[in-house]
Amino acid sequence: MIEGILIGLQAAFSIQNLAMVIAGCLIGTFIGMLPGLGPMSIIAIMIPVAVGIGDPAAALILLAGVYYGAIFGGSTSSILLNAPGVAGTVATSFDGYPMARKGQAGKALTIAAVASFAGGTIGAILLMVFAPALSTVALLFHSAEYFALMILGLSAIAAFAGTGQVAKALMMTILGLILATVGEGALFNMPRFTMGLMDLQSGISFITLAMAMFALPEAMFLVLMPSRGAAQGDGGKIENLRFSREEGRKMIPVIGRQSVQGFFIGVLPGAGATIASFLGYAVERNLAKGDEQAEFGKGSVKGLAAPETANNAACTGSFVPLLTLGIPGSGTTAILLGALIALNVTPGPRLMIDTPEIFWAVIISMFIGNLVLLILNLPLIPYIAKILAIPRNYLIPFILFFTLMGAYIGQNNATELLILVGLGVMATILRFADYPLAPLLIGFILGTMLEDNFSRSMQLYRGLSFVIERPMTLALLGIAVLLVLLPSIRARIARNRAQGVADGD
Amino acid sequence: MALDRWIALIFVAFCCAYGYAAFFTMDQLLPPFMQRNPVWPSTFPKVLAVSGALVGLIIALGLESRAAGRAPSNSSSEFDLSKLMEYKIGQASALIGLMIVFALMLRPVGFLASTTLFLFFGAAILGERRWLIMLVVGAAASFSVWYLVEEVLGIFLRPWPFFLG
Repeated sequence: MIEGILIGLQAAFSIQNLAMVIAGCLIGTFIGMLPGLGPMSIIAIMIPVAVGIGDPAAALILLAGVYYGAIFGGSTSSILLNAPGVAGTVATSFDGYPMARKGQAGKALTIAAVASFAGGTIGAILLMVFAPALSTVALLFHSAEYFALMILGLSAIAAFAGTGQVAKALMMTILGLILATVGEGALFNMPRFTMGLMDLQSGISFITLAMAMFALPEAMFLVLMPSRGAAQGDGGKIENLRFSREEGRKMIPVIGRQSVQGFFIGVLPGAGATIASFLGYAVERNLAKGDEQAEFGKGSVKGLAAPETANNAACTGSFVPLLTLGIPGSGTTAILLGALIALNVTPGPRLMIDTPEIFWAVIISMFIGNLVLLILNLPLIPYIAKILAIPRNYLIPFILFFTLMGAYIGQNNATELLILVGLGVMATILRFADYPLAPLLIGFILGTMLEDNFSRSMQLYRGLSFVIERPMTLALLGIAVLLVLLPSIRARIARNRAQGVADGD
Repeated sequence: MALDRWIALIFVAFCCAYGYAAFFTMDQLLPPFMQRNPVWPSTFPKVLAVSGALVGLIIALGLESRAAGRAPSNSSSEFDLSKLMEYKIGQASALIGLMIVFALMLRPVGFLASTTLFLFFGAAILGERRWLIMLVVGAAASFSVWYLVEEVLGIFLRPWPFFLG
């Protein structure tokens, strides 16, 4: 591992890569503050730039920097405007916004920055320990296990979608898989579902889909509902960035607990930063005693530090399945996976063996990125907050334009733009009906790999017998089925019990 | 019936059409040597069509929410459909139309002119009326993006209309 760290240090400390981290963090923070633009949209917009760089390590470092920056920026708009740009920072606004209303905006932002830094750094240490171990196990996997593992990942994403949402998330996953079958498959060399259109021969572009699913609907919602994100702060006057020693002492145990808990929640596919931050907030509120508990929701230091630590640790945790198994656990890591494939890097257990410099450079750059966020952004916060004053009449056309450009630059094909608009309208309607869109994108990205591994196992075993002959595959598929059915079984048991109680009265 | 269940119904219809293509039309083109394979190009789409239709039906019939013990289509969406008329649908559809026009004009008119016009009319649709500022902002932005993409990233974007090369 020490050898790996040295390789990573060497790669990450090149001038180009340092510039990438700094640029990524700044761009991420800058755009992440805009209400309605979450890390997924920003990373999707940045992909053409990253792919244009050509060097996979530098590109991934840039995107990872954008990712941290965006999450930090999202917390800033949660605290200052009560307008969280991302679901993962909703819990931040519970205590951050009341603090800002009390005139302690600067202190709240500092606490958020310190908590994010600690969560991200501890998460990166855990990643360094766990990722190599997991990838050694993953090397034993064959295509049958990969197929089962991907099914498990997809069902976990659906299962963790929340009560009453499991079927919707499953439906979106299947739609994503269906979209992935358009075009020529690697194994068959035969165009499928292209409807005779030459432009669909190579399939739907991943960047186009990512833009259409996230950036375009967000911009459309800003148009449809001007009140969303129109909540203007008091011109971004921020003073006094310090917090007291006593408050620091209160934060330390919270940060310790939440960075570990957040990391492990982040490792689970589908759970991610949102669940980690809400759970972190709930756990800390239950652990707090008396007065401290009453303060939650009214500007508690612990209540602000808990979700901030947890969501950053979870973001780092979500890199574990991406880097070791090549399976993204969240929408954001799915977009990163797509970018990696575009750069001709296949994440998975072989990543550490074939291109250790990429793997370790990314991990080392996480430390640098967290540090950059702390030193560079903190003094800049008052100035960055000014971006919130850009009039929306100019802002929205620019967001739309960058979305269109992102899809156009990679392909140089105007048909791609029409596909983007069509899919974007579809995504907006789906969002209206409360369908989750991240499963669609994850399904789309895993679709090709899923089918390849499925077909390869079918060919090797001349049929479906691989399910029975390989116990690991059977076990993984069994867990997948259980995960999907569990929420409705639990709901049924709870309802029966409730009925039993009612009958007994 | 709520919007989410209508969408599920449309999805079921889509899966039927997709499944029809997979089950009945795709295999006709398959060369004989590939027919001896255990997997065909249509195998995976067949599985997807059937499972997609099943999941779509579960939502359309409200089975999951009934199992969870609450009224079907009790969606917790942040967007209220009954307020649909209060949303600025006109502006949104005008912007979508503008994006389509932009896509069609990008090649023939060239990057600089089409982008400037897109940003100008985009702001105009949203209610901005300071014409000169809009034009200057649009032109400056389109030139700087073009410079960045063409000169820094080295990706070709045709700047001028077709008759200028």
